[in-house]
Amino acid sequence: MKLTGAQIMLKVLKEEGVDTIFGYPGGVVIDIYDELAKSDIRHILVRQEACAVHAADGYARAGNRVGVCLATSGPGATNTVTGIASAYMDSIPVVIFTGQVPTHLIGNDAFQEVDTVGITRPCTKHNYLVKRTEDLARVIKEAFYLAASGRPGPVLIDIPKDVSVNAIDYKAPKKVKLKTYNPTYNPNIKQVNKVVELIKKATNPVILSGGGVILSNASKELTQLARNTQTPVTSTLMGLGGFPASDPLWLGMIGMHGTYRANMSTGECDLLIGIGVRFDDRVTGRIDAFAPNAKIVHIDIDPTSIRKNIPVTAPVVGDCKVTLTLLNKLLKKEDLGDLKKKRKKWFAQIADWKSTAPLAYNQGDAVIKPQFVVEKLYELTKGDAIITTEVGQNQMWAAQYYHFDKPNRFITSGGLGCMGFGLPAAIGAQLACPDKLVVDVAGDGSIQMNIQEMATAVQCGLPVKVVILNNGYLGMVRQWQQLFFDKRYSETCLEHAPDFVKLAEAYGAVGLRATKPEEVVPILKEGLFSKDTVIMDFVVEKEECVYPMVPAGAAVTEMLLT
Amino acid sequence: MMEEKHVFSILVDNEPGVLSRIAGLFSGRGFNIESLCVAETTDPLISRITLVTTGAPPIIEQIEKQLNKLINVIKVHDLTGKEFVHREMALIKVVAKAEHRAEILRTVDIFRCKVVDVGREHYTLEATGDEGKINAILSLLKPIGIKEIARTGIIALFRDPK
Repeated sequence: MKLTGAQIMLKVLKEEGVDTIFGYPGGVVIDIYDELAKSDIRHILVRQEACAVHAADGYARAGNRVGVCLATSGPGATNTVTGIASAYMDSIPVVIFTGQVPTHLIGNDAFQEVDTVGITRPCTKHNYLVKRTEDLARVIKEAFYLAASGRPGPVLIDIPKDVSVNAIDYKAPKKVKLKTYNPTYNPNIKQVNKVVELIKKATNPVILSGGGVILSNASKELTQLARNTQTPVTSTLMGLGGFPASDPLWLGMIGMHGTYRANMSTGECDLLIGIGVRFDDRVTGRIDAFAPNAKIVHIDIDPTSIRKNIPVTAPVVGDCKVTLTLLNKLLKKEDLGDLKKKRKKWFAQIADWKSTAPLAYNQGDAVIKPQFVVEKLYELTKGDAIITTEVGQNQMWAAQYYHFDKPNRFITSGGLGCMGFGLPAAIGAQLACPDKLVVDVAGDGSIQMNIQEMATAVQCGLPVKVVILNNGYLGMVRQWQQLFFDKRYSETCLEHAPDFVKLAEAYGAVGLRATKPEEVVPILKEGLFSKDTVIMDFVVEKEECVYPMVPAGAAVTEMLLT
Repeated sequence: MMEEKHVFSILVDNEPGVLSRIAGLFSGRGFNIESLCVAETTDPLISRITLVTTGAPPIIEQIEKQLNKLINVIKVHDLTGKEFVHREMALIKVVAKAEHRAEILRTVDIFRCKVVDVGREHYTLEATGDEGKINAILSLLKPIGIKEIARTGIIALFRDPK
């Protein structure tokens, strides 16, 4: 059977179970788009290519599967880079297809030519330039396998125009087998036994859970471990939802804007069990002051994460779910003693920290506090919405005041910290979970980075909600300027902003605005329970800061509380 | 922590772009490359890269892990601390005026080099050995006048049990 490259591509995508592609057409992918028009795979036309990747990222996270996107060569490909880098930092499985100029023109500085594979090499798990149509099916299969297995990540496939046009005798590729790639799912049992011994000895243990727990679907196993061993749990930004926030063992988020009790507990614990984390600088603060009295266990599927940033007592390379299942099984046979008695002092200390400095703000009568908006959003959605965020204060307030009981509910650009992520990610999440309420918690700065995606949402009839915490500033940088640069607000004041209500209407969406505290709940109710795409513009306290805050370079236990 | 010199022998897929993945990894993560040698092995699908780097022990550990993480890397050996043979080759073009020619040839003899090109004003020598030997030859020839040199960087293999 003769098939063109484009036909082969769509055939293999179908076989991989792909039902949705986010993309933007262009000259060298026109043949692929022609086949797409005949296919039942749904194509979502974004308005800028970075958003195709962000949307595929949101789709992957909310739907727990591989996201797929497609862009043309040159500027199409370079636009995808921001989205790819964000997915790479957060280990999200995305397959990115880019068009390339025909093979005979590669290297000639042809129209819309760029060395896509060269540019994306450092921000993809792997990438391919397909030079022969014969290789295309195998490469696509490999890409899906690589993206989703081991530590997941984005994989890019660059397809020259002639490769998608040429017709060949199609032979189905064999099962993927890569001799050089063999991720370690099963941990070394000796190392897991070491962890058992450390847990038995610990009196003040803490679990630090990360994005790896969510990626490997290990929430249940994590919860079991924490409850069985009566170990309090904190998590990174990426790990939120991995452990239920309603559980009494929950400490809140760790790190630069972590809770007082979470950060203090790392300073005082005698055992820290890191699971699916990479001990990034926003988590650890000053390295030599991080968990100074603790033995450290580090469980991660990626060996490079282990001992990259901090020394570890017991490294365990393995999949979080597999490792925790084994750990729980081994612990069952152990006598952990009277845990109530053993943890009594530790829990009392944590309770004390909690009452010393709980997360708090003061909502007066006159001006809306941004935290109040998020808290009401949490209450009205009963904690069950999918929350995407932009980056900055909006992201931190969402992380602090929306309490996640389940995984895959909090979708944020954690590692790259990419403004403009939230709206396209919400579009992706809504497509993956059509019955869920999806809310993008945004700032007035971030939302303008990719506001054009309102058109995508409206065109696709997606009822995503955008909650803008509008303070007229690039709030997080302004906060740093207030605290560390004598209030010199250099270029952080957005003196001119569009009228977001009118802007929503211009896109064919619904625009709502609240300016007083008593309007917050009615506006949220009206917006959240509407069937339309909605922007809710909350005009909030201009110079509110996110607290607690660990200044850059300080120990995580050295927090500014107000 | 003390910086250590390490020799890595890396087997990789013999494909376009693989070298740039390795070089990019080193530059992107701020690791050092002191020398780098690449050539095909007996299997044309596989190349061997011999790479010399320096770093504190945790950095060396990261380098080895990061190399292993690359999809096109088949096997990484850290040869340092193990029994291995290593050699480097240098081509050295020396100024060879009449009064120095005898001395240069004596040096060639002592170090078991070869003269591979002769001109009225120069000799080009081929020297093989470990880094120390190459450096010793260079330091002896320097006062006479070295016009140009090309060094391969080291290549290395494990010693198998006898």
